[in-house]
Amino acid sequence: MQQIIKWSRENLFATRMNTLLSLVSLWLIYVTIEGVVSWAFINASFLGADKSSCMVRPHGACWPFVTAKFNQFIYGNYPAAEQWRVNIVFVLGALGLGLLMAGRINFKKQLAVLMLTAYPVLTFILLSGGLLGLSYVETNQWGGLLVTLVIAVTGIVVSLPLGILLALGRRSELPIIRMMSIAFIEFWRGVPLITVLFMASVMLPLFLPEGMNFDALLRCLIGVSLFASAYMAEVIRGGLQAIPKGQYEAGKSIGLSYWKSMRLIILPQALVISIPGIVNTFIGLFKDTTLVMIVGIFDLLGIISFHFTDPNWTSPQVPITGFVFAGLVFWVFCFAMSHYSKSVERRFSVKGVNK
Amino acid sequence: MSGKHIIEISHLDKYFGDFHVLKNINLSVAAGEKIVICGPSGSGKSTLIRCINHLESHDGGDIIVDGVPLDDKVKNIDHIRSEVGMVFQQFNLFPHMTVLENCILAPVWVKGVPRSEAEALALQYLERVRIPDQADKYPGQLSGGQQQRVAIARSLCMQPRIMLFDEPTSALDPEMIKEVLEVMVDLAEQGMTMLCVTHEMGFARRVADRVIFMDEGEIIEENTPTAFFDNPQNERTKLFLSQIIGD
Ligand SMILES: Nc1ncnc2c1ncn2[C@@H]1O[C@H](COP(=O)(O)OP(=O)(O)O)[C@@H](O)[C@H]1O
Ligand SMILES: [Mg+2]
Repeated sequence: MQQIIKWSRENLFATRMNTLLSLVSLWLIYVTIEGVVSWAFINASFLGADKSSCMVRPHGACWPFVTAKFNQFIYGNYPAAEQWRVNIVFVLGALGLGLLMAGRINFKKQLAVLMLTAYPVLTFILLSGGLLGLSYVETNQWGGLLVTLVIAVTGIVVSLPLGILLALGRRSELPIIRMMSIAFIEFWRGVPLITVLFMASVMLPLFLPEGMNFDALLRCLIGVSLFASAYMAEVIRGGLQAIPKGQYEAGKSIGLSYWKSMRLIILPQALVISIPGIVNTFIGLFKDTTLVMIVGIFDLLGIISFHFTDPNWTSPQVPITGFVFAGLVFWVFCFAMSHYSKSVERRFSVKGVNK
Repeated sequence: MSGKHIIEISHLDKYFGDFHVLKNINLSVAAGEKIVICGPSGSGKSTLIRCINHLESHDGGDIIVDGVPLDDKVKNIDHIRSEVGMVFQQFNLFPHMTVLENCILAPVWVKGVPRSEAEALALQYLERVRIPDQADKYPGQLSGGQQQRVAIARSLCMQPRIMLFDEPTSALDPEMIKEVLEVMVDLAEQGMTMLCVTHEMGFARRVADRVIFMDEGEIIEENTPTAFFDNPQNERTKLFLSQIIGD
């Protein structure tokens, strides 16, 4: 207790200005927490099969909306009998990622390769089916968190290698490669993602031959991936520029080819420098997936807001609750990413890289 | 001497844009010969030795290393780089790798030497530069003198026939210069062909067969170390020597 008083004196109430700021801050924290707690818990309704229980508690959250619709929020209209396939994909993904992030395991390299090759193939087979006795599930039945994750993970996995190639291309000594990389990057950076998605879903089919059907979700995946690659390229270019010229020259002088010197010397250093920017791009990409709503694909946010119009649930509390729930889910994923990136940075700096 | 020359540079010209940085350089180096290059800052010393392993491309004249002409053929450049090691003023070690990893990188990835063999070789060279016990440290954990000796060992691991040094002691604190120079003297005594850009006059007197003085992109004077330091011929050489000895 004495220590607490001593600490407060030194840190909160040292000067008059300091005291004032501390009191204002404490008041703000109190007001926020009080508001959140009373909305989310004290005044909230928790049980009920429709909006009626929420109507009688108009000043709190309407959690029954979330529990009743939870299945759609996760799977969209994915057939209930087939949802086990999605679950396998989720569990394998979480398991693989968890093991990769856990740090010291000795089969890490093999696992990473597996996650980047076998896992996407398996995911594709499981989710869309039409193979191995699995029934075919059209992508317009996919929705909710499933679609959000499919788009975000694809975007992340494609944009990193593509971004690296584009960044190297932009710094290439070959004029054609350089020009093409610059044109690609500047095109995608200059166009808003919404426009990209619109073009992918409305314009692209006009150029394709009659009868050729190009899956709407796939078009979005391509659009989002290319868009993210352009941003990723610029982030990585920043990292490349921070590597001293001497590193390139040392690589050349011991006889390494361009690609070997990039792979062994330059990129390992440049990528570590770029981690904050890379994760920033990932987080931006994750949140941007909500824009696919515009072209009729129901990601998590899309499907939540779609259900606001369900006559059983039209109540003023429902949209707020829905948005808060969506925000919470997005926040958990984004916070996990930023938290993990900090630990990666720390791990590399222990090795003495960033000195 | 002709025929035994491991490096033959004739009528070498090099421009940076409009700036004529190397002017009609002619220089032949016999196998095992040690050459010290000195001259005022900006005279083109670095550029000259960087042309030899094609870190800079030249615009005129010929460079022949170990019988192989240095042209734009990737195969020739690769061959020459495998014969020529280089040590830089700023060490340029790879900071994300341990000392041992720095040393085995090129043998493993360029020559395809098995890892265990490359490690054995690397430890042998680390011993020769007198830091066998630092193999598992990262460059950032070593002193400047130690880093430069690792850089020398890293080059030696490719078993080059020629070593280029670009002011290897200029970035070092005075107390560390000696340890690096001692390693270089060892190397010289074992018969390595060496081209060193350096202003270390003691080193030049001790190991150099010839000292070359450059100014404004030209070789102004060349002589044995004793004659060069004790009896310089050209006015510019005299001025330069009076400046560095005046320090
Ligand atoms: N990459 C470059 N581009 C343009 N000018 C350069 C470049 N490198 C060196 N120079 C110029 O060429 C001249 C010779 O440089 P350098 O060979 O490094 O001299 P030294 O090693 O003798 O000090 C200097 O005037 C320098 O400014
Ligand atoms: Mg120089």
